[in-house]
Parts: sequence; structure tokens; C-alpha cells
Amino acid sequence: MENLLEIRDLKITTLRGKNTVKLLDKVDLDIKKKCSFGIVGESGCGKSITANAILGLLPYPLQVSEGSIRYDSKDGEKELLKLSKKEMRSARGREISMIFQEPMTSLDPIFNVEMQMDEALTFHHPQMSKSEKRERSLEMLRRVNIPRPEQTLASYPHQLSGGQLQRIMIAIALINDPRLLLADEPTTALDVTIQAQILKLMNDLKEQNDTSIIMITHDLGVIAETCEEVAVFYAGQIVEQANVIELFGKTAHPYTLGLLRAVTSLGGESRKLYTIPGIVPPGGQWSQGCRFADRCEKCMEKCRQAMPALTEAAPGHYCRCFLHSEEVEA
Amino acid sequence: MSEKKNDILLDVRHLQVYFPIKRGLMKRVVGHVHAVEDVSFTVKRREVFALVGESGCGKSTTGSAILRLIEPTAGQVYFEGENLSTLSEEQMRLKRRDMQFIFQNPYASLNPRMNVWKLLSEPLKVHFDLPPQELRSRVEEMLHLIGMTPDQLERYPHQFSGGQKQRISIARALITHPSFVVADEPVSALDVSIQAQILNLMMELQQEMELSLVFISHDLNVVRHISNSVGVMYLGSLMETGDTEEVYRHPAHPYTQALLSAVPSHDPTNKSKHIVLEGDVPNPASPPSGCPFHTRCRYCTKVCEEKKPELQEIAPHHFAACHHVGEM
Repeated sequence: MENLLEIRDLKITTLRGKNTVKLLDKVDLDIKKKCSFGIVGESGCGKSITANAILGLLPYPLQVSEGSIRYDSKDGEKELLKLSKKEMRSARGREISMIFQEPMTSLDPIFNVEMQMDEALTFHHPQMSKSEKRERSLEMLRRVNIPRPEQTLASYPHQLSGGQLQRIMIAIALINDPRLLLADEPTTALDVTIQAQILKLMNDLKEQNDTSIIMITHDLGVIAETCEEVAVFYAGQIVEQANVIELFGKTAHPYTLGLLRAVTSLGGESRKLYTIPGIVPPGGQWSQGCRFADRCEKCMEKCRQAMPALTEAAPGHYCRCFLHSEEVEA
Repeated sequence: MSEKKNDILLDVRHLQVYFPIKRGLMKRVVGHVHAVEDVSFTVKRREVFALVGESGCGKSTTGSAILRLIEPTAGQVYFEGENLSTLSEEQMRLKRRDMQFIFQNPYASLNPRMNVWKLLSEPLKVHFDLPPQELRSRVEEMLHLIGMTPDQLERYPHQFSGGQKQRISIARALITHPSFVVADEPVSALDVSIQAQILNLMMELQQEMELSLVFISHDLNVVRHISNSVGVMYLGSLMETGDTEEVYRHPAHPYTQALLSAVPSHDPTNKSKHIVLEGDVPNPASPPSGCPFHTRCRYCTKVCEEKKPELQEIAPHHFAACHHVGEM
């Protein structure tokens, strides 16, 4: 396989009463090796469930109804959606790891840091001796720049700050050398000076290891700081995808443009902020045509009748909008 | 704006809030969390004053202590020249007709069992004795101001989106026509595109109703946009204060400089050179000696560890609390 991860036609649905409701609609993603890929969008656009689907962590009644997720693992190519529960468990942490939004709630409050790091090691390397595990844990803590690692190993989560806990989460996620790290809003719960520390750390770790990162966030600033490729999600679809410099410099889709204008007009000349009218349509209330049509300044007649396809507007720059291509989604 | 004395609506002097730490069966007080430490500032009429800082810096406690939702340990708050700390609880309750509070989380601050009509008419019933028609017209007038329609009066909070809920919270705070409002992180629970709608609404209403606002936020971009002057807090103390544009263009305090540079830029071709601060904010239960920031400061010297710096005027209306402010 050329890419590390290939997602094709991924559809995720949920049940509402007796109705099946689509939450994610035909998403294709290619994650290259040693790449940092950003997924950006507002709440409810489907960015987190995409990550959860990769790891087989979708909570009932959410389920993958169609599609494939192929992954180039350490021992050959695998179809993640067809793995048994046991195979999936052994892939989590060793092949693909995840860090979550709230470091304060993702660690177990009744175990100290050493026990929680041990657990991750023991699961994948049962033959490892106690002193080896301790050595490996200390090394990881040093790599994520924890001051006084010995003392930290004996600490419980409530004794540590949010920034330190997120470093420990990253250390645990990387302790078995996974090739893919999913980071779901890793800095949203942190203060801005701590966020700067964590983003710098993630950038450094990516340079040192061969790990690819999928960064899921609502913050375009975080994307600009850390990612090479970006996909913009809206209402369960990708609406635009490009290299980060291309995306910020030659923004094509009106939604992306609106998001960028909403954040960059802060502190700008005009007192009046730019706003995108209306709200994101929730799953189950998507129109047949372009899902952004009701909020779009440039909405045309045909936008309400047919769904535009995701087409290449410039080399490597994909956009789902009739302003750039006439092509209709099949 | 002229510098006349009666232009000042709110004057906070040496405000201090300590929370006791209690231990054991007898609830013995073993120490204090120094949440707010000697904070002084003034807010003029029709001015938006922003308090900005990271979590745990005491900005929300300061906001609550102004309205005496939390009783200050020491210090005074003067509102229209009147010392609020000498008022009885009943007098203070009446005062809150003119001083209101907008809370951070609209999901939690609206009673789920009250419909919009009850939510909006309650403050009027508490503070005024209005005939039913006037009550109705005041509520409908406020609804119109926040961009909602009277047919939504019968609905309950769970039937609204986060942005609409925050509009209702704002309406509830402003319906008594206060002259002063504390807004505690009013947009941080909302999505980016909704944030802008709510900020526009707040700025419009602030102009229209001639409000003075203390706007508490950790979002530096939002603060720059909405406020006329700003106070930067760290570990319970004001580190720097001044006109917003001046502080953002020429940050004088090393903490303000680091804070401003930590904001991710929206330009991937210009990955900004952050000043990355080492370590974490110290525990406010045992704050460091001297300058509260000295444990993380690049310019720290011996005097910083020993003596707490006072706010000093470094340019007109621009104050900073740092021993080395002229040398950087």
C-alpha cells in the first residue's frame, strides 16, 4: 500500500426511534505515511465519529453501514472494518492510538501514572520485565518533557495539571510505537499557553518518529500550526480538501471561506463581525442539494436541486461546490 | 472620553477574595486559596472592560465578587459612587436591577422547567410591579432585540440551540435595563460561526442600551474585538492594564507577551515564533513569593523573587506590574 490509511465511501448511521439517520456520508480519505492530516469542522459535522470508526469505537446505536477502511499495518495490509474484536484490540495502541479531548477524564483516577503506563505495555508485551517497563515509561515521560519523571510515575491524576495529564496521555498513546495517532481536540480543554506547549511537543514528536497524525479540531489556528493536509467537514461530508497552504491561501468553498472570515475578522477593521447565518443542519435534516445552500451567500438555483460532487479544482485541491465544477454527485 | 469623576461607573479598589481550605472532622481552616489578590480597576460609563487570563487566574471570581455573588474577603467596590460592601443583602438584591450577570454555559444557566415567557418575565416580576400588558410588551420588546419572535415564548430551553439559549440568557440579564453587566465567558461554549453572531448581538445591545460591560474571557481575539480596555490577570493579580489596542500592540509585561504570542496564527506560511512558557501556573493555595509570574518568567532576577511589583504607569493609561518593564 502506498498510503498508511485509506478510507473509502465511509457511511455512518444511527437509529432514531425506528428510523435510520445518516451522520456521515460517503467520506474518502487518504492518509500518507509520516503526514499530519487535519480534520476541521463545527460540532456535529462528523469529524469525531470518523476517528472513532477507524478504531472501532463507535458507541451503539452508531454503526458503519458501508465503506472500507484499509490500513497498512506492521504485518501487512488490513481491512479494519473486518477485524474481529480480538484483532482490533491488539491493533489499538500498537498500530493506532488515540488521544482525547479531556485529559482530566481520560485517565483513571484510582491508579497512579506508573500503573496506567504499565497496563499499556503489558497488554502488548506480556513478556516484558518490571524493570524494563519502568525504564520504558521513564523514557517516554522524558520524551514528552515531563519534569521529574520518577516522581510523576508515582502521582495520581488529581495531583497533576491539565497540561501534564495531556503529556502523559500522549506518552501512553506513543508507548508502543504506533504508526498512526488520532488526536481528537487534544488542546481544546487547555489554556492557550499550555496549548502552545502541547502543539510544539506534537510537532517535535512527529519529526522524531515515523508517526502519522490525524488532528481533529474546530480551531483553524491549530490546523495552520500543525498540519500538512486538511479536510473541511460540513454536515457529514468533506466539502474541501487541500494542502494547508493552498487551503488557507486559495480557499475555494464558501463554507471554508466563511469560517476563515469569521475568525480573522476578529480584531479587524470593522466592528461588525462576519457571520455565517443560520446553524449547521443536524443529521436527518439534510437537504437533497448542497447542504450548505441555506447558509451560503452565493447560493444558486441548482444548489438546492442537486448535490455537487467533490472535484479537483486545482491539482490536489478538492472542492464540493458548483462555483468550481458543474459535476453532480452520483 | 473626558476624565470627569462622574464618568466612572464602577470602581474596584483592592479587591481580595480568599477561599478557606478546611480539613478534618472539625473543619479546621488549614490555609487559603488566594483567588483574587489586591485587584483595582475602574469601568467608565458605556465602556467595555475585559478581564483576560488563563483558567484559575481569578477572573471569574473577580466578576462574581463585584456583584457580591461571592463575598469579597477585603476591598471595596463602588458602583455610582456607592460602596456596595456596606449594603445589606436586601439592598444588594435591589441593586442587581442595575447590575446583572451573564453566565458562561447557557445549557446549565436556564431552568429547564421554565419556558421562555417565564424565564424572561421573572426578573421583571422580581424588580418591578408591572401591569400584565406592560409585562407582555416589555418581554416582546426584548425578544425582538435578540432576534426572536413571540411565537417562541411557549418553548422550553431544550428546544433551542446553544446560540439561541445564549440569546435568551442575554435577554434575561438585560430585561431590567441594567446599566452594568458582568459577562462571564458568554461565547466560549459556542461554535465559531455562532460565536460571531452572539458577539455582534452583544455589541449592538451594548451600544443601544448604553451598557457598561465587564467582559470575562480567555479568548484573546474576542477580547481584542469587543473591549475598549483590558486587564490581564495571572494567579489572582492584575499584571497589566490599559487601552486594548495599546496593550495588544505594545504588551509590556512578559506574561502578556507570552500570552499574546501563544495564540495560533491563521496563516500556515507564517508559523509564528511562539514564546513557549515552561511549566504550569503555580498553585494559588501556596502562591510564590514576590512576583507571581517569576517561576515562569524569562527575565526573572533576584528582586522578582523577593518583592511583588506594583502596577506602574508606563505610558498614558497603560499600567504594568513588572520590575523590569523598562529594560525589555
